[in-house]
Amino acid sequence: MKLSLTTTALALVLGLAAPALADIKIGATVSETGPASFLGDPEAKTLKLLVEEINAAGGVNGEKLQLVIYDDGGDPNKARTFATRLVEDDEVVAVIGGTTTGTSMAVIPVFEDAEVPFISLAGAIEIIDPVKSYTFKTPHTDRMACAKIFEDMKKNGITKIGMISGSDGFGASMHKQCQAIVGDYGIEVLADETYGPTDADMTPQLTNIKGKEGIQAVLNPGFGQGPAIVTRNYAQLAVGLPLYQSHGVASDGFIELAGAEAAEGVRLPGTALLVAKLLPESDPQRAVVTAYKDAYEKATGKPVSTFGGYAHDALRILVDALKRAGSAEPSDIRDAIEATKGLVGTTGTVTMTAEDHLGLDLSAFRMLQIEKGGWKIVE
Amino acid sequence: MPELLQFLLSGITVGAVYALVALGFTIIYNASDVVNFAQGEFVMLGGMITFFAHAAGLPLPLAALIAIIVTAGIGVALNKLAIEPARGAPVVSLIIITIGASIFIRGATQLVFDKQLHRFPAFSGDQPILIGGATILPQSLWVIAGALAVFVCLWLFFTRTLIGRAVLATANNRIAAQLVGINTNYVMTLSFAMSAAIGALAGVLVTPMTLTGYDVGLALALKGFAAAMLGGMGNPKGALVGGLLLGVLEAMTAGYISSQYKDAAAFVVILAVLFAMPQGLFGRKSTDRV
Repeated sequence: MKLSLTTTALALVLGLAAPALADIKIGATVSETGPASFLGDPEAKTLKLLVEEINAAGGVNGEKLQLVIYDDGGDPNKARTFATRLVEDDEVVAVIGGTTTGTSMAVIPVFEDAEVPFISLAGAIEIIDPVKSYTFKTPHTDRMACAKIFEDMKKNGITKIGMISGSDGFGASMHKQCQAIVGDYGIEVLADETYGPTDADMTPQLTNIKGKEGIQAVLNPGFGQGPAIVTRNYAQLAVGLPLYQSHGVASDGFIELAGAEAAEGVRLPGTALLVAKLLPESDPQRAVVTAYKDAYEKATGKPVSTFGGYAHDALRILVDALKRAGSAEPSDIRDAIEATKGLVGTTGTVTMTAEDHLGLDLSAFRMLQIEKGGWKIVE
Repeated sequence: MPELLQFLLSGITVGAVYALVALGFTIIYNASDVVNFAQGEFVMLGGMITFFAHAAGLPLPLAALIAIIVTAGIGVALNKLAIEPARGAPVVSLIIITIGASIFIRGATQLVFDKQLHRFPAFSGDQPILIGGATILPQSLWVIAGALAVFVCLWLFFTRTLIGRAVLATANNRIAAQLVGINTNYVMTLSFAMSAAIGALAGVLVTPMTLTGYDVGLALALKGFAAAMLGGMGNPKGALVGGLLLGVLEAMTAGYISSQYKDAAAFVVILAVLFAMPQGLFGRKSTDRV
């Protein structure tokens, strides 16, 4: 009697646990709070929203997705702890995350050792170069943004430029990448200034750039409030040359911060997501970005951001790979992700290879110009 | 020549921001010897509350007034809830409490408002004013005027009013001050309210230029603190001169040497000054009686 009771109880427990085991468990560690929260917050919201959507539509391969999400607060140490927990305790089959380059680089060794596929949401080229077998990423690299800008400059006959870069991680990294390839486009950097990420005024640096003979355009790799202040100071000093900003400030918020008047004519490389409504009907990305934008804005009541788009693409890549692999074994998923082909996301059309774990080309960026407080595609 | 003038105007603009923040440090320091590291958060709150009140449809002056009053209230709450209960604690503990308060206020702002950067329109437009080939924004003049006005008020407060002297007396010797009939609890509460209000005023004035967001307070407080140390902690004149000096130093370094060394040059000068004059340029001599 006692034995049968135990068996029944055991069977009951197993019975209850069984469906949970059949779920596909995926992990995420993003910076929902802390200094990178304006990146991590939309990423977390996007992941939760999309997983819900996918499960409501029947899940993947007939199984529900289960999302285990941690908030690392932008701290690489915490991210590493969560990465270990995801692998050892939660036993997830794949991980999305690493909001910043710092947190991504910290967790990569954990996932490489455990052989769990990891799709990073951070910008730096170091994440996928050199290629690591289980590491992928969705955002384009700084180098691609530089290339896009220099291409546009070349098209407009600009050969001599001034640079004013933020001294924060983003500004410094992009500055380095731009310097590395600027020569390939026959462009010369005549003035190279920097500013601190929290500086209140950049007119001295801009005065020096303005005073340099022969400069035809100015490039400002930066992030956060710096580029908005640079743009305002640029208008204040009436520099009168084309001003290029980076993809780091490609958002409606930037126009608001810099003021429509000061931002008039500023050019920057942005993603299709930012100009969803302006894309021609024939654009393959139009349907994808509009669907995501509408769903996100309806669910959160906040405007969609490029950063949430990175998470959107990461999850799409993962789901696509799960479907093609037809299994939830980490190594099968890895192989399937590497074979991703022609997947249309918000940042571009992704085609990965064994040598390219990003899979985007320059067409992923749209050259945008700010006109009357709105965006215009200039290509 | 226009370059030099532009650097100078930039330096004065930035310096006035630092001076305004530095002035906020003086009152609490004078009342209790505590360096209030939540001062930057008061500046941030001034900007954030004004932005959200303005975005909710209130006219800018009213939004600014609300921000200053609410922030002063938060200053009082900080004193009543965190500083007063720890009255017997040494100054260092109180300073650490203010650091904790600053982290708390930053986190709460993140939750109550949001994590984005914000700006509200400048008070008198964005049309730059031309001075001898260099330009300055009208908002910079507001900041400079604000710093001067706060300085004059504080100077009058500490030298001409009874309550101002009571503040100084409380800092000097709390027990003696109580013996001569000064309500030291009231003095502390008042000094937190005033410091917070000055911080919020600074936030209102500088936000159209520097933008605001939940995490801008720390950087502002750091520069304001450096300015106050340079000028002499606790002296309104020191805060004003220290702030302007720091701003001009940074602008000149960025303009003539290299923008890379801007902060470094400023801090080297501060170190040099503090080596020679540990009390800062205008600091009171500390004489310990035993």
